[in-house]
Amino acid sequence: MFRVGISAEGADPCRRGNAGHIASGDLKGARAIFRRIFPILLVPLTGCSGVQSALAPAGEEAAGIYQLLLVMVVGGVLVWLAVVGLLLHAARRRKVPWTEEQAGRLILFGGVAFPVAVLLALLAYAVWLMPVIRPWFTQQAPQPEMIEVTGEQFWWRIRYPAVDGMPAFETANELRLPVGERVAFSLEAADVIHSFWIPVLGGKMDMIPGRTNTSSLLPTKTGVFRAPCAEFCGTSHALMAFSVIVMEPADYLAWRRAQAAGNGTRGSEGERLFAFHGCAGCHGIRGMTQAASLGPDLTFFGQRQTVGAGTLANTVENVTRFIRNPDAVKPGAKMPAFDMLPAADIAAIADYLVGLK
Amino acid sequence: MRLIPKEIESLWTLFTAPTIWALHFLTCYITAAIHCAKADTAASLGTTSLVLGMVTVAALAGIALSAYLAWRQWGFGSGDPPHDEPTRRDRLLFQGFATLLLSGLSFVAVLFVAVPLVFIEACQP
Repeated sequence: MFRVGISAEGADPCRRGNAGHIASGDLKGARAIFRRIFPILLVPLTGCSGVQSALAPAGEEAAGIYQLLLVMVVGGVLVWLAVVGLLLHAARRRKVPWTEEQAGRLILFGGVAFPVAVLLALLAYAVWLMPVIRPWFTQQAPQPEMIEVTGEQFWWRIRYPAVDGMPAFETANELRLPVGERVAFSLEAADVIHSFWIPVLGGKMDMIPGRTNTSSLLPTKTGVFRAPCAEFCGTSHALMAFSVIVMEPADYLAWRRAQAAGNGTRGSEGERLFAFHGCAGCHGIRGMTQAASLGPDLTFFGQRQTVGAGTLANTVENVTRFIRNPDAVKPGAKMPAFDMLPAADIAAIADYLVGLK
Repeated sequence: MRLIPKEIESLWTLFTAPTIWALHFLTCYITAAIHCAKADTAASLGTTSLVLGMVTVAALAGIALSAYLAWRQWGFGSGDPPHDEPTRRDRLLFQGFATLLLSGLSFVAVLFVAVPLVFIEACQP
């Protein structure tokens, strides 16, 4: 995105500027430099929307954080404008000195009373907003459903509890939530510290080995979002993310029912090879193989957005790449390379996995 | 018996207000922490808030008293700072003025520390 912005809007005027006009005047030179820099200034704006932006909230907690940000920024800008205004006043051309009494009053009101009042107001506002940003959900009745999420290098183990006759089940790297219903998370880490953060839905919560943290979110909009690991956890930290799909409650229930029931067997060659080559020793696929749980569960893998916990798009080609050498795609991944398998077998397994819809 | 302490010239009175601020801060945070650790998760802070509210009022009163004494030591604002002559009187006035400013700072700080008492109703699990 960075490169596109520069070449589309910046490169041509720059080249023209460099060719001969800079020497003709300071103003033109400055303008050329501004034209060169301007597209770069626009780049941060790309962070204002999208699937992973706290500035485009889709949940109650994120909306609270966004509101807090706006109030703080507007408050800061007003104070800054007042200070700059004073500065201009002090630097004005026709100076008439203030009397000592006037200056003393300015210091008392502008330097003491005003900052104290503004800081007290902003502090009170922020503290007042805290229960919105981090709800005290344990006081609520009925208790929201507790989804267990465990951070592991470099993927996310997600366990949905049993509810309404549906058994509990495990999935990985993709979280589905019903819109308009509060959910709670029980957050753990298997190896090092990770951090659970869905920017569009709410604030961060660390996942610490040997400790269970809780957090709660209320999604308000349907959509597909991205959630990165927010605490450096090793070589592939930047490649550790999960997708969040917020659905209508009816669709969500249907999805849960299907997940809990499992894939069933497909009888394909890829399925046979999945078991034959030992994939099933680490990865579970409900309804097909014994529930192994060393690696990410792969039930209905074809429905997921990504391969390798937010690393690549979910296509047969990318799954093939990942199976052949996970470490090349995701440095430090615990899964060993399977490049000794015949290419046709890997392709068949990839085909099978992507077909699990 | 005197209601207001006699005027004394000592460096120690300078620290009265910041000391009250520090004690108030520790009282608030330690009491709330112990209450929440011993109570069930998400227990209400009700009584604790009330007690800490009274502690806050007492702290503010103490700081106000310290400010009054400092104001008196400063000669009720009869002279202007900087009070930098090498005389006994200027030293007294300077110390009074510094104590008054520190009292103001501590008063505001105690208010800021007490803000969560108003808005936070329960322990966070």
